[in-house]
Amino acid sequence: MFRYILKRILVTIPVLLGVTIVIFTLMFFTNGDPARLILGDTASDAEVAELRESMGLNEPFINQYFNYMKGLFKGNLGISYTTKLPVMDEIKVRLPVTARLAFFSCLFAVCVGVPAGIISAVRQYSVLDNFITVLALLGITMPNFWLALLLILFFSVQLGWLPPSGLYGPLYYIMPVISISAASVATITRMTRSSMLEVIRSDYIRTARAKGLSEGKVIIRHGLKNALIPILTVVGIQFAGGLSGAVVNEQVFAIPGLGKMMVDAIKSRNYPLVEGGVLIIALMCCIVNLAIDLMYAVADPRIKSQYEHVRGKKKSKAEPAPVREA
Amino acid sequence: MEKENILSVRDLVIHYSTDGGVVKAVNGISFDIGKGETLGLVGETGAGKTTTALGIMRLVPDPPGKIVSGSITLGDTELTKASRERMRFIRGKEVSMIFQDPMTSLNPVMKVGDQIAEVVRLHQHVSRIDASKIAAEMLETVGIPAERLNEYPHQFSGGMKQRVVIAIALACRPQLIIADEPTTALDVTIQAQVLELMRNLRDKYGTSMLLITHNLGVVAEVCDRVAIMYAGQIVESGSLEDIYEHTSHPYTKGLFGSLPSMNKKSKRLQPIHGLMPDPANLPSGCPFHPRCSEACEECSKRMPVGTEVTPGHIVRCLKFEGACGAGKAEG
Amino acid sequence: MKIFAKKMTEVSTVDAAGEQVITVKKRGQAADVWRRLRKSPLAMIGLFGLIILILCAIFANFIAPYNYATQDYTAISQTPSWQHLFGTDNFGRDIFSRVVYGTRISLLVGFISLAIGAVIGCLLGAIAGYFGKAVESVIMRGCDIMMAIPSTVLAITIATTLGPGLVNAIIALSISSIPSFCRVVRGSTLTVKDQEYIEAAKVIGANNMHIIGKYIFPNVLAPIIVQATLGVGKSIIMCAALSFLGLGIQPPTPEWGSMLSTARTFMRDYPHMVIFPGLAIMLTVLSLNLFGDGLRDALDPKLKK
Repeated sequence: MFRYILKRILVTIPVLLGVTIVIFTLMFFTNGDPARLILGDTASDAEVAELRESMGLNEPFINQYFNYMKGLFKGNLGISYTTKLPVMDEIKVRLPVTARLAFFSCLFAVCVGVPAGIISAVRQYSVLDNFITVLALLGITMPNFWLALLLILFFSVQLGWLPPSGLYGPLYYIMPVISISAASVATITRMTRSSMLEVIRSDYIRTARAKGLSEGKVIIRHGLKNALIPILTVVGIQFAGGLSGAVVNEQVFAIPGLGKMMVDAIKSRNYPLVEGGVLIIALMCCIVNLAIDLMYAVADPRIKSQYEHVRGKKKSKAEPAPVREA
Repeated sequence: MEKENILSVRDLVIHYSTDGGVVKAVNGISFDIGKGETLGLVGETGAGKTTTALGIMRLVPDPPGKIVSGSITLGDTELTKASRERMRFIRGKEVSMIFQDPMTSLNPVMKVGDQIAEVVRLHQHVSRIDASKIAAEMLETVGIPAERLNEYPHQFSGGMKQRVVIAIALACRPQLIIADEPTTALDVTIQAQVLELMRNLRDKYGTSMLLITHNLGVVAEVCDRVAIMYAGQIVESGSLEDIYEHTSHPYTKGLFGSLPSMNKKSKRLQPIHGLMPDPANLPSGCPFHPRCSEACEECSKRMPVGTEVTPGHIVRCLKFEGACGAGKAEG
Repeated sequence: MKIFAKKMTEVSTVDAAGEQVITVKKRGQAADVWRRLRKSPLAMIGLFGLIILILCAIFANFIAPYNYATQDYTAISQTPSWQHLFGTDNFGRDIFSRVVYGTRISLLVGFISLAIGAVIGCLLGAIAGYFGKAVESVIMRGCDIMMAIPSTVLAITIATTLGPGLVNAIIALSISSIPSFCRVVRGSTLTVKDQEYIEAAKVIGANNMHIIGKYIFPNVLAPIIVQATLGVGKSIIMCAALSFLGLGIQPPTPEWGSMLSTARTFMRDYPHMVIFPGLAIMLTVLSLNLFGDGLRDALDPKLKK
C-alpha cells in the first residue's frame, strides 16, 4: 500500500515539473516587458533598464527558469505588477474560494449524477430513463456560462430569489454550483448508467441471483461497488472540468476567486498572477488525481493486491497438489 | 420400482421474443430426475440446454424470454407458478446452479469467503461468525485451504474458482444441482479433478444433478441417465447403457459417429452434415430431418412423439413409429 | 475492432442458359455504417441539424437579412420583431444576422482547431503506441503534463501568450485538443499492435510505416471519428468561452461567446440578447453530439446498449 502511494507520488513530480516548464515558457514569450509593466509608462528607459537588470530579466532563458524554480521552492511566486505585493498573498486569499466552488460542484455532481445513472440503468428504456438521458444531453451541450446567465436571468432578475453575484453565504453558492457542475452531472450520469448496465449483464450478477438474493440486494451488494469503480476516474476528470468551469463562471458571478484573478490579470497584463494561478490550479488537479488513484487502490482489490506483500505466505495461484477427495 | 422424483419437467416450452422474430429455444421437453440421480443433458451449442437450466431456476431473462407453457415440478412445488419469494427461497437452497465460465462467475470485489457465507446466511439463519465457519468448511470440502477465505477471486486460478463456485452451490445442501458445462472452460487435466470432486460430493451428500454438457466422455464418467437435445427438443433419453450401447436416434448415432475412436481404425471422422437450425426458423416436422440420413418424406410433415423402445429408453423418431421403414434399437 | 475489409455479399442470378450463376458483390464497410446510421432517428436529427448549420455558414450572405456589422442607431436594443427576428443589440445590429454569420466563425474554428489537434494527436499517439519504450514514455508524459492543466485553463494561458484573435484562438484550441487524441490513439494502437495480423505483416517483410499506415490506422479509425465529432462540440464551447472572457475572437466579429459577453451587461433590461447566441451554441453542440453518438453506435453496434 505504502509502495503504491510512493510510486504514484514519484510519478506526479515529473509531471508537475513539466507543468512549471510549460507555464514558465508560455509566460516568458508573452508580449510585454515586465519591468516596463511594473514601473508604468511614465518611467524612464533608464529606470526600466535598471529594473530589468536587477530582476535578472537579461539572463538567458535557462537561468531565468532556475531562478523561478528556486523562488518556487521558497514559496515565492513572484510579485504582482500592479500592486507590487507577493503573488502568494493574493493566491492565499483566493484559492479557498475557487477550491470550495470546485469541490462543491464535484460533490453535487456525484450526489446527483450517480443516483440518476443508477436509476437510469435499472429502469432502462423507461420514461424516467429517457427523461434523465435528455437532461444529461442538455447538460453537456449547454455552455456553462450561458446556463449561468440564464439562471441569473430567471432566479435573480425575474424572481429575485437568489443573489446574482458574490459569495457571502450559502444562497450565493447555489447558482454557481449548478452552472459549473451541469456538464459534470451529465457526464457522471451517463458514465454511471453505462457502467451499471455493463455490470448488470455480468455473470457474477447471475450467480448472485442464482443464490436466491432479491433483485434489490443483487444490485446494491454486487452491482454497485463494481459499477462505481470506473466512475472514480470520471470524477477526477470532472474535478478538472469543474476548475475550468469555475474560472469562467467566476467572471459571470463576480466571485473573487483564482479564475477572476487570472482573467483580470490577463487583461491588465499582470502576468505573474496568471502564472501563479495556473500553477496552483495544475497543482490542485494533480493532488486530486493522486487522491483518486489512492481511492482506486482501496476500492479495487485487484489493484491493492499488486502492491501488497503477505509476509511468509506465498501467494500461489497454482492448483493445490492433486486433491484426494473428501 | 417406484423412483422418487426430485424434479419433473413436462412439455416445457420457452421462447425469446426478439426484433428478429420469435426464437424457439425450448420446444416441449419432458424429463425426470430421481433422488440421487445424475441426468446428463447433451447437445450442441444452441440446442437449448442452458435455456432449460435457466428455465428451471426461473432465471430466464424476461424480457425477452418467457416460459410459454409446460410444468416444472420440484418435490411438491410447481416452479412455473411459484411466487418470486418462493423462487428466491428455492434458489440456492433447494436448487443450485453452477455456471459455465468460472472466470466471470464470481464477484471480483468481494472476498471468496464472503460469497460463500452469503448464501449460507441467506437460507440458514446463522450468525456472521457461524456462516464464516461454514464457509471455511465448504472451502476445505472442495479442496481449498480454509485460510484462503479472505482472498479475492483474482487470486485463484480457473479450476480453483470453479471449486469456489461449487462450494457456493453446495453450501446449503440443495436437493438438485444444475451444472451448466462446469468443466468446458477449464484445462483438460483440471477438468478431470473438478469432475472427480463433483462426483464425490454428489455421492457424499446424495444430491441429484442435472449435468449439461456437449462432451460425451464427461457424461460417461458422471451420469446415470442421459437425454440428448436437439433444436429445443429431447430426441432420445434413457440410461447410460441405453444411449451408449443401444443408440437409436439418427442424431445420437451421428454424435457418436463423429467421435474419434482409439479402437476403430478409420481414415476420416464422420461428421453430421449441415448445421443446427436457426431457432427462429425451425424446419417443419422433425427438426433433424434436413440433416438426417435416414429421413423420409413423412419426416418433414409430422413431428414424432416419443416412443418407448425399451423401458426407460425413449426415442423421438418416426422410424420407431413405423414410418420410413420401421427401425429398432441397434446394437 | 474488426479488420477494415470490404464485406462480400453473394448475389444469385440466372444467366442466359438458365443456369444459376452466383456472383459476388463487394459492399464497402462505409455503406454498412451509413445503413446503420440511417436507422437511428436521433443521429439523423443531428445530421440534419449539422447540414443546416453548414448551409447557414456557407450561405450566410444570402440568409442573413443584414450585414453583421451594420449599426442602426434608430433601432437599438429592440426585442424580437418581424424586422429583426432575434432583436437588436446595443449598437443596433441585427442579432439574427450576427448569429447566422457566427455560424461561420464557430464551425470554422471548431473544425479547423480540431482537425489540427486530431492530426497531430493521432500521429503522436500512433507513434507512441507502436514504437513503445522511450518514445512512448516521452510522448505520454507530455500528454500527462498537458492534461494536468484543465483544458480551458490551458487554452486561456496559450491565448494569453499569443494574444487575442481568430488565428491565435485556433492555435490555442488545437493545442488543447492534442492530448486526448494522443491518448485514444495510443490505447487503440496498443490493442491492435498485439493482434496476429500485425505479426503476419511483419513476417512478410512490411516496414513500420507501411504497417502503421495500412493496418493500424484503419482499425483505430473508429474511436478517432467518435472522439473527433464530440471534440468539435467541445472546441466550439471552448472558443465561445475564450471569446466570452475577451480572449479569443474580438468584436465586432460575430462570435456567439463574445455576443453573450456583451449581452450580459444589458441582461437586466434586455434579456432577449442573452438567449439567442447561447441557443445557437447549444443547438450546434447538440447536433454534433447526437450525430457523434449515432456514429459511434453505427461504427460498432456491439457497443450499443
